[in-house]
Amino acid sequence: MLANFMAWIDKRLPVTDAWNKHLAQYPAPKNFNFWYFFGSLAMLVLVNQILTGVWLTMSYEPSGDGAFASVEYIMRDVDYGWLLRYMHSTGASAFFIVVYLHMMRGLMYGSYQKPRELLWIFGMLIFLVLMAEAFMGYLLPWGNMSYWGAQVIISLFGTIPIIGDDLTLWIRGDYVISGATLNRFFALHVIAMPLVLVILVFLHILALHEVGSNNPEGTDVKKPKGSIKPEDQSKFKFHKQYTDKYDIVDAIPFHPYYSVKDIMGVAGFLIIFCWVMFFAPDGGGYFIEAPNFEPANGLKTPEHIVPVWYFGPFFTVLRIVPDPLFGTMAMFGAIIVLFLLPWFDRGVVKSVKYRSKLHFINLTQFSISFIVLGVLGTMPATPTANLIGIVAAFGYFGFFVALWVYSKNEKCKPVPERVSH
Amino acid sequence: MSNVPVNNGRRRFLTAATVVVGGVGVAGVAVPFIGSWNPSARAKAAGAPVEINVGKIEPGQLIRAEWRGKPVYVVRRTEATVSSLAKHDDQLRDPNSEKAQQPSYATNAYRSIKPEFLVALGVCTHLGCAPTHHDGDFDQFVEGVSQGFFCPCHGSKFDMAGRVFQGVPAPLNLVVPEHSFTSEDTLLIGVGSDSSEGAA
Repeated sequence: MLANFMAWIDKRLPVTDAWNKHLAQYPAPKNFNFWYFFGSLAMLVLVNQILTGVWLTMSYEPSGDGAFASVEYIMRDVDYGWLLRYMHSTGASAFFIVVYLHMMRGLMYGSYQKPRELLWIFGMLIFLVLMAEAFMGYLLPWGNMSYWGAQVIISLFGTIPIIGDDLTLWIRGDYVISGATLNRFFALHVIAMPLVLVILVFLHILALHEVGSNNPEGTDVKKPKGSIKPEDQSKFKFHKQYTDKYDIVDAIPFHPYYSVKDIMGVAGFLIIFCWVMFFAPDGGGYFIEAPNFEPANGLKTPEHIVPVWYFGPFFTVLRIVPDPLFGTMAMFGAIIVLFLLPWFDRGVVKSVKYRSKLHFINLTQFSISFIVLGVLGTMPATPTANLIGIVAAFGYFGFFVALWVYSKNEKCKPVPERVSH
Repeated sequence: MSNVPVNNGRRRFLTAATVVVGGVGVAGVAVPFIGSWNPSARAKAAGAPVEINVGKIEPGQLIRAEWRGKPVYVVRRTEATVSSLAKHDDQLRDPNSEKAQQPSYATNAYRSIKPEFLVALGVCTHLGCAPTHHDGDFDQFVEGVSQGFFCPCHGSKFDMAGRVFQGVPAPLNLVVPEHSFTSEDTLLIGVGSDSSEGAA
């Protein structure tokens, strides 16, 4: 009965084939470590954001007069409203934690290198859209930090010569940030950006499955057809799209092996996530900032305007440059260099395990610089903080320059042909 | 199937023509989408220029107007006040108004069109509180200066041209909005003397 039904469907839509190609017969390297949890965790958080977002929309009122009160209404009067909102707000921060770790994995194991450049670029586009999505979402509660945070970010566009003032007027739709701005941000946050995000995630996974997953060794599990003796090949059945062109070694089907392993990751993640959500939903003032518990007020600036923690690194880069225009350019530059990473790295060895000591040091200092920039971005600007910020920004941008210089003739260890464990 | 040979030149022309016409269509249809982001008629009306009769302001008096949701201070300065402005330049951060906190026509020693009338936003450049006007007892804040503005929130001090004193949290002089005089006694806030419209 079921077999007949599936046969009927498969004649009309290749459901079983797609399932096999992307899950049950997709060859994933057998040596994934915990760093490989964060892709599926990002998917989980995306689903969480979409679901809770849809439910919040049912009680939220997108208007300058009603927004703040409707969020309070959700928190106090709607059954489980508080939980849905905290799932959404904690989910926003969790999204960035997971994505930053996912990107770190790519950096460590060279997952951005040839032939995965496009995969990396799709990932970076997801990151960019995610930042826009988060920024617009943060305006919606219409708290005072929502208001002034948006004020600071929108005024960045005002630093562009000649068109700057008209551009900010166009973005706001008013002479100050007002209900008009809130409404358009709401539309973008709940419709436009999520649509783009879902499409990009789809393309990201499609591109991943075309080139195949990297692994901590940086080896290739797809060997030229006919180069591997049958007894040395993986014993599993893989989809013919992969086996027609390649001999597969050291790989296991994604489902059930990694789908089950990822459940472990999900369990660990949810323990931490739920703890934050139930016991510290404001994230100690980092996930929901204190001034956001009072309504937006264009005449009352919060003492320290700092963005939510996940924008910290880029906000610090903006702040340490005295000239606003150059600061804005430096901030966007910090994101653009990430896009170009596959071309800054001229090396052929992928994993940090087999690359030079110099690369390890460079990667370590980059991670530290990024964290330092992030921490500074959540603190008020002082001359000392600025000085540290300048050093960290040099570390951040220096990573790319140094990588470009040494990666051409880097002294690497020999990379094994096969995964040995 | 017809046996007419393929005319590549005609194909190229037709493809190019289709692309051009389609491109014009796309550009045309983008106009309403981009245009709808401009301030609406309602937003424009709410942000319209504000007219004030300054003829009734007594010398030394300050009146408050509201423009685009912000308080605007209009002060009729006495001649003594105007002439005392130059006496404390060395105590100011930006005595010559070099930072663009005012339109070009108000970039002068008294930061206004007519020396008599100061027009400035009553919004402290530190954190946006409203500074209070002190006439005669300002020397408790700055020795030897009898008039000025004092921000009660964090103690920023400004002189009677809205210029900020040194050693206070506010980094910049008070903003002078676009304004002009349509007649001897009529002040229009929001339209500049060079007839440019917009925020200062």
